Amino acid sequence: MRYIARKLGFYAVALWGALTVNFLLPRMLPGNPVDILVAKLSARGPVTDELRDSLELLLGGAPDQGILEQYWVYLVGIFTGNLGISITYYPVPVVEIIGQALPWTLVMIGIGTLLAFIVGVALGMLAGWKRGSWLDNLVPVTTMFQAVPYFWLALVLLYILSVGLGAFPVSGGYNYNVAQPGFTWDFVGTAIYHGTLPALTIVISSFGGWLLGMRNMMVSTLSEDYIVTAEAKGLRPMRIMTAYAARNAVLPSVAGFAISLGFVVSGSIVTEQVFSYPGIGSTLLQAVNNSDYALMQGLFLVITLAVLGANLIVDLLYGVIDPRTRANG
Amino acid sequence: MTDDTLLSIRDYNIVYETERPVHAVRDVNLKLQRGEILGLAGESGCGKTTLAYGINRLLRPPAVIRTGSAILHDKGGYDIDINALKVKELREYRWDKVSMVFQGAMNALNPVISIEKQLGDIFSTHRPQMSKADRREESAGLLDLIGVGRDRLRSFPHELSGGMRQRVMIAMALALKPQLMIMDEPTTALDVLVQRDILQEISELRSQFGFSVIFITHDLPLLLEISDRIAVMLQGEIVELGTAERIFRRPDHVYTERLLQSFPSLTGERGGFIRSGNDETRTKDEAIV
Repeated sequence: MRYIARKLGFYAVALWGALTVNFLLPRMLPGNPVDILVAKLSARGPVTDELRDSLELLLGGAPDQGILEQYWVYLVGIFTGNLGISITYYPVPVVEIIGQALPWTLVMIGIGTLLAFIVGVALGMLAGWKRGSWLDNLVPVTTMFQAVPYFWLALVLLYILSVGLGAFPVSGGYNYNVAQPGFTWDFVGTAIYHGTLPALTIVISSFGGWLLGMRNMMVSTLSEDYIVTAEAKGLRPMRIMTAYAARNAVLPSVAGFAISLGFVVSGSIVTEQVFSYPGIGSTLLQAVNNSDYALMQGLFLVITLAVLGANLIVDLLYGVIDPRTRANG
Repeated sequence: MTDDTLLSIRDYNIVYETERPVHAVRDVNLKLQRGEILGLAGESGCGKTTLAYGINRLLRPPAVIRTGSAILHDKGGYDIDINALKVKELREYRWDKVSMVFQGAMNALNPVISIEKQLGDIFSTHRPQMSKADRREESAGLLDLIGVGRDRLRSFPHELSGGMRQRVMIAMALALKPQLMIMDEPTTALDVLVQRDILQEISELRSQFGFSVIFITHDLPLLLEISDRIAVMLQGEIVELGTAERIFRRPDHVYTERLLQSFPSLTGERGGFIRSGNDETRTKDEAIV
């Protein structure tokens, strides 16, 4: 229990630090969102000073506010769910945009990353357990998939499987003609159909790393004394492989998984671009292209929360699978 | 020799089939009596552990049992040809007939699962008919027996001291009441006091349960105290085999003599390696340390 409390305390401090950096960074950037919006609007007609003033008020960039006051307003805004208004999708609030984009990324990229980890670790376990068998040939093959640039691999798969064979859709997150977003079977079906190929590319391009790491850890774990003990105890090979060898060998991979989970949200830019997938990545790209600071700040906040959240989960999980980390709690 | 033999090893040869093959165990012939503690002494690399692993078929490539046989005369009246065991039979034989206590007290236990599970594993594999509560009770009883205490059942290895870990290993080795326990330098990593406690424990358990022990160590004086007979190994061969007392008083082989002399006594005299003051076979001035 104390272990968990200490972890939570640590994460609270980390969150505060991240929020503060998130607040300061955009304010150190050159350029002014009001100017950009004014420039945009002036394409359609003249912009009066009154309009400019009201835009400033709307975007929260009151120039007579001190930095500390702004900081306070920012913190209050975060905890009341007010992240400002996007200028790309003016006048939709940032929270709403993120709320629409996040589930796509979380589910598709999340499942892809999780599958890559599970497949890689499972195959790595077997390859390490039966060292020198045909499974070892997987290592160079999967490393090659990891070595080719991801966008290229994704494009090739898209070209062959979607354009060539027509097995998967070419773009989008779901089929507008079949169903509208909602928890209906039709919608879930079309969402899975659209999400499979992007998720598959993530699995193919990244499971090699897990496989190699797990295999090598397995091989070194197998020479540990407790493995000989387990063998001498006459345990079944299955039991030795899972509870004695893999359980110990997987520990470094779990730590690595924490890091890669954090990149689920932010690392989705390329994937979502290639597959024209609606999600955090493509939204972020648009926000950057349009200098949409409110939206960017909101997205960075989400990314920060995702990294911290994923790490917290894995930290707690680590406590479960490795009793030694609980010891000095 | 009475015909109460537990283990007969005949013309045993183990070779590490590397580029230049290493003949680790050479023509070993050995008969182990039921209930006997046999000490296996020799310097590092002489093949003691390799021989022990051979008896449990734990050798990994490139080590190969070239020739010879090891036969366990089960108390049930049948013989087990260890080298001929198939994979599944071998699994059933291990720990049930012959258990082992390993060299590294620190690393022989799996760090990520509890003592209870590691003990329970033995029962769930070899005694599948036991219920979960039975397994638990049996494991707790073993920990009590060995002086660790049942409250340590849910502990993890890192929460125990080196001495306690080695006791847990011994508790595991006792779990199935095997007929032979091989102890491979079980006390090497421990300080002398803990070492003494554990040795006493082993002697008591031996008289309580009547299993045989092959006790491997390079510490000859220690063997003299606890063994019935001692085999001295040199470069894979057993060069001398006799009762502890005979080896102590009249070593036949030059190497045994050198081994005995290599332990300095506290009084500074070479060869006066006495450790305990209660051995009446020694003369008075030798005995006082």
